[in-house]
Amino acid sequence: MDIHFTPEELAFRSEVRAFLEQNLPAGLAEKVRLGRRLAKEDHQRWQKILNQKGWYAVNWPEEYGGTGWSVVQKHIFDEECAAAGAPRLVAFGVNMVAPVIIKFGTQTQKDYYLPRILRSEDWWCQGYSEPGAGSDLASLKTRAERDGDHYLVNGQKTWTTLGQHANRIFCLVRTDPSAKKQEGISFLLIDMDTPGITVRPIITLDGEHEVNEVFFDNVRVPVENLVGEENKGWTCAKYLLTHERTGQAGIGQSKAALAHLKQIASAETVAGQPRIDDPLFRARIAELEMRLMAVEMSTLRILAATRDGGVPGAESSLLKIQGSEIRQAITDLMRKALGPNALPFLEPELEPDFHGEPLYQDYSASPASQYFNLRKLSIYGGSNEIQKNIIAKLVLEL
Amino acid sequence: MNFELNEEQQMLADTVERLVRNTYSFEQREVFYQSPRGYSPEFWRQLSELGITSVPIAAEYEGFGGTGVENMLVMKELGRGLCLEPYLHSQIYAAGLVEQLGSAEQRQSILPAVAAGERLLTVADEEAGSHYHPEAIECQAVPCERGWRLSGHKRVVIGGELAHIILVTARMSDGEGVSLFLLDPAAEGVSRTGYPCIDGPRACDLALADVYVEADSLLGPAGKAAPALAYQRGRAVAAQCAEAVGSMEEAFRLTLDYLKTRQQFGSPIGRFQALQHRMAEMRGELELARSMTILAACVADDPDSESRSRRLAAAKFTVARASQLIAEQSVQLHGGIGMTWEYSLAHHAKRLVMLTHQFGDDDFHLGQYSALLEVPRQASQQVA
Repeated sequence: MDIHFTPEELAFRSEVRAFLEQNLPAGLAEKVRLGRRLAKEDHQRWQKILNQKGWYAVNWPEEYGGTGWSVVQKHIFDEECAAAGAPRLVAFGVNMVAPVIIKFGTQTQKDYYLPRILRSEDWWCQGYSEPGAGSDLASLKTRAERDGDHYLVNGQKTWTTLGQHANRIFCLVRTDPSAKKQEGISFLLIDMDTPGITVRPIITLDGEHEVNEVFFDNVRVPVENLVGEENKGWTCAKYLLTHERTGQAGIGQSKAALAHLKQIASAETVAGQPRIDDPLFRARIAELEMRLMAVEMSTLRILAATRDGGVPGAESSLLKIQGSEIRQAITDLMRKALGPNALPFLEPELEPDFHGEPLYQDYSASPASQYFNLRKLSIYGGSNEIQKNIIAKLVLEL
Repeated sequence: MNFELNEEQQMLADTVERLVRNTYSFEQREVFYQSPRGYSPEFWRQLSELGITSVPIAAEYEGFGGTGVENMLVMKELGRGLCLEPYLHSQIYAAGLVEQLGSAEQRQSILPAVAAGERLLTVADEEAGSHYHPEAIECQAVPCERGWRLSGHKRVVIGGELAHIILVTARMSDGEGVSLFLLDPAAEGVSRTGYPCIDGPRACDLALADVYVEADSLLGPAGKAAPALAYQRGRAVAAQCAEAVGSMEEAFRLTLDYLKTRQQFGSPIGRFQALQHRMAEMRGELELARSMTILAACVADDPDSESRSRRLAAAKFTVARASQLIAEQSVQLHGGIGMTWEYSLAHHAKRLVMLTHQFGDDDFHLGQYSALLEVPRQASQQVA
């Protein structure tokens, strides 16, 4: 038994750190650290920098342009990126649809889509949830009817993250309404420019435009945009979910957030005393840090167990719950560290191009907004309650 | 990074597991508990025959020379069986103090017999007003001709009725700091009041009325035992975490079985989502406790450092919280039957809760961690 990283892994960590020092634009890291909203260009800029180094598609097999890194290396990479303030990668293209195309797609699909993803020419969004299909995803109703060499798609998707930036959407659609729930679903790639598609913003409680509704009105999609077999889309969906859940513990993100929390708590003072020197507040930070340490150890155990390419099982459900709760708890303390200074809702200060003088400190505007935004963590990717159902069923066999 | 046991470690774990399973049924434990000694000398003999009592002791004192990982493996199984023997206090905590502080002569004269399971040790470090702070004591050592005279009251000395040597903490009347003395419990002026603890093992209070101890009974330099006490309490904490994990695993297993068999409203109660989610939460906390127990085992023998202290405090904090959750919820999920003396689950619940009353509870370790919290511009980057 050994909790230490190997010398090779430590060397890899140094290599990643050096790369980040030289290549991560300082302004971008600052925006991330301060919890500002990021523009499409911010994301794409970072994607291109990574791609130039060959470090963008870390989860792809090497023959498609992946890195061939071990799960431990990927973990180290994520952790270093988060610590340096790199933007969290938008997963829909590179880490969600791409693995599905690689696993289930035709050669033509691979040849066309994968390079476009690598070069950030396509921005993908995810057409899964519907107004009537959230946790019960398999009850989705968006119809795709065969009409010659096209599908005719009608229906509505929702909670489409960053759909306003996207030129493509991957969708779960119902191709056989008479089949049982999970059967009769297909996985379709759709061009957002196709006539009949309307994107409407949903403004979330923090005032941000991050999610959308997407309407499909007689949208004609070529049949060659089907991935895998017709009516076997649920297989793709499940495969994608395992990719979505991996890394959801977000250890690196939480560590970076905790470091930021400590900075805020050191800078904010009450009667001249830093918040972090208030024994009660300090203990709350300590408690979170200990819990994060425990979740990190659990993550490392799972990484070590899956090092040889195994797919993490239901343990990833536990980590999703614990990781999201910690992340939420950190923003809770950030907000509390500010006391009344958390109240002003300063939207311009949250914008990616804000260069003015902040009302208070540069870190003051974001925590309350972040706190509300991150309520999503326990809702998306299979709500934490759904994760508990999974644990009850698959681990506990109840 | 590797969390697998090697072959030798797996054999050790299997050996203890088998022995505990074969000799420590809950009914047997009840017999041991009711017996005058309150534990099983026969089980202790078997532990020593199999070399298990020697595991934590260094090879040069005829021990097995195990690390925190080996201690973890043994303690986990002793926890699973709710064993009553003072393994932790004698073989790990007290023997560790002798090894760290003792002179070559003291070590040679004590440790081989401890490793062989022939002599039991324990530590008397708690007093009315100490509450996990070994330096907050009043017991006094007054120098006298060729030795010292000890006076004071020690509390809840686990295994203290049976110990052949008790390591007693005392303040020097003529100086600063805490010292440790090797006390023969048969010495004149020593009186012991024994009792069972609410979670099973027996302990005693110790009244010291001007007890004479010889000069060579001082363990380590006078007034300077505090760092060794802190260090060895860290090793004890790591071992205790493992004991708790063994007990938690068993309580969880019993509860899961119960949910699958107990029928109410026409179905097994494990079909109800409220109970499923609670079990999922308990499983999550158990997993974190396991992870931190492994971390504690891996750092227990590292040189003293703030990082080691932080990790050990975090381990005990995590395990104490998980222990209490699983204790309380296992009883709750069982309903009335979980409240009965005749069912082992109730005893796991008691053990899991009361474990936190030795070597510091969750709040104590939260305080320790908080005091050591790093407050730089950048948080610590990695666990390992």
